Amino acid sequence: MKEFAKLVLSSDFVYSIFRVTTPLLFASMGAVISDIAGVPNIALEGLMLMAAFAGMYFSFLFQSAAMGLLMALATAVAFAGVLAFFTLYYKTNIILGGIALNSLASGGTIFFLYLTAQDKGTSVALASKTLPNLNIPIVQDLPVIGKILSGYNVLTYVSILAVVFTWLLLGRTSLGYHIRAVGEKKEAAESVGISVVRTQAAALLLSGLMCGFGGAFMSMGYVSWFSRDMVSGRGWIALAAEAMGRQTAVGSAATSLLFGVADAVSNAAATMGLPSDLVKTIPYFATLIGLTLFSVRTWRKSREA
Amino acid sequence: MSDYILEMRHIAKVYGNGVVANSDVNFNLKPGEIHALVGENGAGKSTLMKMIFGMEQPSRGEIWLRGEKVVFSGSKDAIAKGIGMVHQHFMLVESFTVAQNIVLGMEPKRRGLVNEQQAEAFTREISKKYNLAVDPGEITKHLPVGVKQKVEILKALARGAEILILDEPTAVLTPQETDQLFEELARLKEQGHTIVFISHKIPEIKQISDRITVLRSGRTIATYQCADVTEQEISNAIMGCEMNTSIEKEARAYGEPYISVENVSCKDAGGVKVLNDVSFKVGSGMIFGIAGVQGNGQVELVDMMSRKRRVQGGDIKFHKESIRERTVGDLRRRPFGYIPEDRLDQGVAASQSIRENMIANRLGSEEFSSRGFLNFKNIRAFVDAGIKQYEIRCKGGEQPVGMLSGGNMQKVVVARECGHDPDILIAEQPTRGVDVGAAHIIHKRIVALREQGCAVVLISADLSEVLKLADVVAVMYEGEIVAFFESTEGLNEEKLGLYMLGIERHSPEQIKKAVNWCE
Amino acid sequence: MNRERSFHMLRTVTAMLAAILVAFVIILFISDQPAESIRIFLLEPFSSKRYLGNIIETMTPLVFSGLAMAVLFQTQLFNLGGEGVFFMSGIAGSMLAIWLKLPPVAFPLACIAAGALAGVAVMLVPGVLRAKYNANEMVTSLMMNNICYGIGCYILNNVMRDSAVSSLVSYKYRTAARLPVILPGTRVHLGIVIAVLCAAFVYVFLYRTKSGLEVRATGANAKFSQYSGISVTRVIVLVHVIAGAVAGIGGIVECLGLHQRFEWTALPGYGFDGAMIAMLAGNNPFGVIGAAAFVAYLRVGADLVNRFADVPTEMIAILQSIVILLISAEKFLHKYKQKWIEKDISIGQGASEAAA
Repeated sequence: MKEFAKLVLSSDFVYSIFRVTTPLLFASMGAVISDIAGVPNIALEGLMLMAAFAGMYFSFLFQSAAMGLLMALATAVAFAGVLAFFTLYYKTNIILGGIALNSLASGGTIFFLYLTAQDKGTSVALASKTLPNLNIPIVQDLPVIGKILSGYNVLTYVSILAVVFTWLLLGRTSLGYHIRAVGEKKEAAESVGISVVRTQAAALLLSGLMCGFGGAFMSMGYVSWFSRDMVSGRGWIALAAEAMGRQTAVGSAATSLLFGVADAVSNAAATMGLPSDLVKTIPYFATLIGLTLFSVRTWRKSREA
Repeated sequence: MSDYILEMRHIAKVYGNGVVANSDVNFNLKPGEIHALVGENGAGKSTLMKMIFGMEQPSRGEIWLRGEKVVFSGSKDAIAKGIGMVHQHFMLVESFTVAQNIVLGMEPKRRGLVNEQQAEAFTREISKKYNLAVDPGEITKHLPVGVKQKVEILKALARGAEILILDEPTAVLTPQETDQLFEELARLKEQGHTIVFISHKIPEIKQISDRITVLRSGRTIATYQCADVTEQEISNAIMGCEMNTSIEKEARAYGEPYISVENVSCKDAGGVKVLNDVSFKVGSGMIFGIAGVQGNGQVELVDMMSRKRRVQGGDIKFHKESIRERTVGDLRRRPFGYIPEDRLDQGVAASQSIRENMIANRLGSEEFSSRGFLNFKNIRAFVDAGIKQYEIRCKGGEQPVGMLSGGNMQKVVVARECGHDPDILIAEQPTRGVDVGAAHIIHKRIVALREQGCAVVLISADLSEVLKLADVVAVMYEGEIVAFFESTEGLNEEKLGLYMLGIERHSPEQIKKAVNWCE
Repeated sequence: MNRERSFHMLRTVTAMLAAILVAFVIILFISDQPAESIRIFLLEPFSSKRYLGNIIETMTPLVFSGLAMAVLFQTQLFNLGGEGVFFMSGIAGSMLAIWLKLPPVAFPLACIAAGALAGVAVMLVPGVLRAKYNANEMVTSLMMNNICYGIGCYILNNVMRDSAVSSLVSYKYRTAARLPVILPGTRVHLGIVIAVLCAAFVYVFLYRTKSGLEVRATGANAKFSQYSGISVTRVIVLVHVIAGAVAGIGGIVECLGLHQRFEWTALPGYGFDGAMIAMLAGNNPFGVIGAAAFVAYLRVGADLVNRFADVPTEMIAILQSIVILLISAEKFLHKYKQKWIEKDISIGQGASEAAA
């Protein structure tokens, strides 16, 4: 126990929190943007998985991490476009569309993994690239703080920018206003000539972009390979974080961080020799309990009113 | 060149679910006139206007604007051509400020971000120009209905609307607010705007319009110069034939109070008091009318009586028994009927069949099920009888309710809620958006229940309905009963309007009579 | 209304054909002998008793998960917890099948009951949270999947693992616990009969009972249902209990019918398959049987192609997502529908007559 406390209090542990929170941040921002627009994107999980695969594969193909990142983004945005096309143009239920994309991602990535790496488990046979870590000059040399603020993967810093971006987008730009108007009352937006379809499509594509970053981080930063279902529920945890963050950028970022802590604890506990099968479930338990507490509170409030 | 600013020729519109809304409509506008478009509910007025505004496309026919044939693929096109619309259900984003709503879609920007100050300045400017007073910084959801309507009109004018369409603008207004609106419209007309005014209230149409076009069953019946026709002629054109919709109601003594509402109060989510110490009693054989502008506590009151909401403050008793600890299911197990305000919201399950809709309130009754299994023989008999009694036009009990017209859908609701001869009935806007024929059938049924000794609470924004049916009338204003009339004799809409706006108020003793009429 | 139904049929058939077409395209790109591969994919599953048997044994778990999903979807509940239920009920039933001792008929029944109970227990977590506190059932059920997997693996590793075998499997089931093969020469077991019985049960429940009507009314409009005095809380819990029991039976039946030990080392994937099958079936319990047969046929076909031409069986996932997207696409083929309608109604008619 003492040993565990020591581990949790170390700067390494704090570092690991931000590391594991990165994909959650991206995905929860994707959730915020799409949800505010009235098209809750539940395909975050699948989009990240596809982006992770694309990042791994194209960085291998072109032997360039930049190309990998670009293709990861393009893939996620393209499939978010597929979702947008079906839900907005063909009027597929957004939830069912999300389920379809998730199932496509889960099987499709294994399908292509096998075609490219002749393996249905991981891509270690392919020498793919990773995105660089960023050492901030001066800051990195500071004791403790240097360890906490510097040396992360470049996408971890981007994920913080993503939160700022989402906050600005929704609060201060005209696209953000349109997204909010469409999500709250689409007839109102329509009546002044704002295209609901185009606005919602934009929101879904942006949400796809966020997933693209999240997925790229998984296979080109978090680890340096792709493995089947490697996103393992992060897209869903992000959805819970977004609900608990009350659909705001800052609130969702805060709850994402909370789940990041649970993830980091789970990783730390696994190294302590606790039963790995059970320790692995910590982030999921945390999400389940967090969402439950949140729902109970909301329910109490609505009952009082 | 014609002297019309807008012409619609032989317009037809068929919706995806097979409903023919317009079959052959001709409609034109002269520049600078106020043109009333009248007709029953379902005559095709709203659909026609949606086509002018580009929200729907005609299946057949042509639209000519300023001598030019136009095809609108969306409201954006219509706005660009100087057409603006004020919808019956306001198209406002409730969480936005007035200014944000007005500039929506054309936000002033500075360095890529929305410039709020400029938006507010712009709002102030046009508000002054058109003499429509609004506060740019106020959050829309906190505004009274009349002000929301002003915001809607400003929204259209801000986009350069020359032709302004108002879809039943007076439906939500009190008589006094209506007068104010008419002054504003007259001023806009002076400034050169052309106005289309949709309504089915004939006196106000006579009052304001220059020309009148009558629609019936999706066709143009005629266009008149307002000065040339009488109210009776307009009415006949709307109905197609003269229809007797008067209700025979015998005077009768009230029995003992079945419903008693005792000092209930209620706060909304923001802690604002929306009901304040409301008390009244409804006796057997009495129709207790509640008049009031929407949003003055009626919804909360009904929600408590139907146990959708917890009873707060005082108590509500049915047959001297408190319903505090009762669930909706408990109420449903006794002869209790409730016709809800919005049929599509909670009154029906649109995708389910007429049959399933008509029995949903009494699934557990011995008539419809035993030991958990449904009794199809009895169900069929009940539903077929209901379809016949209420003249529900349908292809049979298996048809999904969503395929029916508004009036027939409402008849299904009434058939369900009145089908077991309830002794307590809450009727909330029972004939809103329903054609005259259906409304008449529904009115007859409510009066018949009264004759049987049912205690009826009638909440309606349609004052003529209240005056026609109710035995006694209470007026609600800001969550309180501010007036109580023991009889509708000598009562008219204008008089009720004064109380509905809070301009006048009865003495506490008079209001007390809502409770102690039975003593 | 018949028009509506036949239109739904048309869309379903089109989606199925589109799926097969996509399979052709994939095979065309990957296989060296595309013509032969396509022949195998389409026809080989019907070529022998063994392959036909494969279809039936593949469809058995799909019927169970499809039924569970159909019940949930009837109430508009998007619970995807079938995965976790299958896994947990497999674990629970297997423990009995390993250590209990009962006479032949009672033994599998006891195991199945244990599986059903485990399924109900797992489903009740998202069910109750949704019913009582309105917690998003999709997120909670997916979290439950991962939690079930973790706990299940822990039990498998620490309690049930047969260390005499190198791979990660449990001890052998007692023979009396296993479900008998009903078609000699194949692996088709009693499970398919249980699956059909379950479908009949779900059908009667949904369309013949008061509770079933309550479930459907709640799905069509929950506010309406509440207003009518139906307890939505009770309906949501009830639906989860039924879905949990059906999926739970599916999990343990699959183990006892096909395997001698508990062999799953990953979530079996039936939860998501169930969603698609329920949609193909339009949430109709008997339709589920047909839809499961179709999907099983695709699987067996894909499996055979995989053996012949090295096309990964995960191709199926791509087909499945296309089926879901197309079937739920309300506007797909909508133009034709609109044309039918316009042709049907002569515009000259009055609005009220047509609307009536």
